[in-house]
Amino acid sequence: MKYSALALLKGALGANRNWPRQWRAAVPKPAYDAIIVGGGGHGLATAYYLAREHGLTNVAVVEKGWIGGGNVGRNTTIVRSNYLLPENSRFYELGMKLWEGLSKDLNYNVMFSQRGVLNLAHTPSQLDGFARRGNAMRLEGIDAELLDRDAVGDFVPHLDMSPAARFPIVGGLLQPRGGTARHDAVAWGYARAADALGVDIIENAPVTGFLREGERIVGVVTPRGEIRAAKVGLAVAGSTSEVMRLAGVEDLPIESHVLQAFVSEPLKPIIHTVVTFGAGHLYISQSDKGGLVFGGDIDGYNSYAQRGGLAVVRDVASLAVTMFPNLKRVRVLRNWGGIMDMSMDGSPIITKGPLPGLYLNAGWCYGGFKATPASGFCFAHTIARDEPHPENAAFTLDRFERGLVLDERGAGPVPQHH
Amino acid sequence: MLIPCPHCGPRESDEFTYIGDAERTPPALDAPEAVWTRYVFARRNPMGRHREYWQHTGCRAVLAVTRNTLTHEVEGCEIVGPHAATAAGAGE
Repeated sequence: MKYSALALLKGALGANRNWPRQWRAAVPKPAYDAIIVGGGGHGLATAYYLAREHGLTNVAVVEKGWIGGGNVGRNTTIVRSNYLLPENSRFYELGMKLWEGLSKDLNYNVMFSQRGVLNLAHTPSQLDGFARRGNAMRLEGIDAELLDRDAVGDFVPHLDMSPAARFPIVGGLLQPRGGTARHDAVAWGYARAADALGVDIIENAPVTGFLREGERIVGVVTPRGEIRAAKVGLAVAGSTSEVMRLAGVEDLPIESHVLQAFVSEPLKPIIHTVVTFGAGHLYISQSDKGGLVFGGDIDGYNSYAQRGGLAVVRDVASLAVTMFPNLKRVRVLRNWGGIMDMSMDGSPIITKGPLPGLYLNAGWCYGGFKATPASGFCFAHTIARDEPHPENAAFTLDRFERGLVLDERGAGPVPQHH
Repeated sequence: MLIPCPHCGPRESDEFTYIGDAERTPPALDAPEAVWTRYVFARRNPMGRHREYWQHTGCRAVLAVTRNTLTHEVEGCEIVGPHAATAAGAGE
């Protein structure tokens, strides 16, 4: 059914008892044209764009748990395209444009709110760096505004603007079109839209092996049976190394790390934008329910546990209070962890291979949520056409050996970038 | 997560700095470029038992910790580097 104001009214008159399922509980067929492993945001978006852009509707998404249970439901929902390197900014700007039409495209309110993303600068040299990044963005046609100290204070009223602060704020870089989206709605919206185009979404089906003919991957093994396909795409985030090992591929340029996120008790409106601290690492916004949604750095050691340590809780809380002293007595309602696929240069991998019949989408570090539409769009193109879309042509797996890393911070080969 | 430093006893993990994967060995200086690329960029990244380097900020010792990446259980911890041989009774 198509969602509309009329549908809402009908639903309300029926006491909301008659809403149909948003997607079918599909039973796996023996074979498909393509299988996407991983029913997160990226996998579902890939299936949706395979069907919509490339007419490939005989597609299955196999998910080890349930839709919305992985990183797509574990992030801090921030959307932005404020990158320095052209390869990154073009890709994320393609994503931004898709975000801007997403609710209409999916006929699903993803609550995309362009409330702005403000990066704070705490030293003149940091502000110089922001000016450079802002200029690079503008050259790519992306909106960017450099704010001085007073403008930052006017824009975000409760920030500690005291010159005596430990890390005084000297300015900031604002992307007005950045913002947040409702992450669960993104997962559900893509699942429903893909399902409507004929894609089978198969939940509770962890991939335990691959079907092979020689070198070629020709399907997957799950507890719900063997499923064959001419093309198998992987979008499994933190599980990338483990799933690729099942295909016999070892030693990817990826480490899995735990990243924690936090929600406070609901408050009256207090932060109307997304603000990031520049002398440490904290990003904070306020959800429509009133909870402050925030997070910081990864815990910093290899982890597949979807929970982290208290040291990060302490760091993040102290940074939040440093920025907004009036949050001192706010209580944290929930915190949780997600497993990030930290690539060795901080940029993603969307590529054909590394085996025939196999396609890989990985290395999102902790910026995967905002990339969801662009990632799905480009991965679908790569799978359907057997060649990359221009916006993901640089996101190859062999860029590490060819010296073509996309190291946004120029900080070398460590799996700690974001 | 507690790490049993051989010098200092079990201490909270945030007293330590994570250095990284200890399962890799540096190739010879004249090894082929492909071998070096693999050393610099590739990781086994296992779910389960993982050997990794940590440094204790308190006593500065560099440690090789064997830890489960799924449960965060620490199975072993030993001093590495030039002091490894003389470190056995260091805490006594």
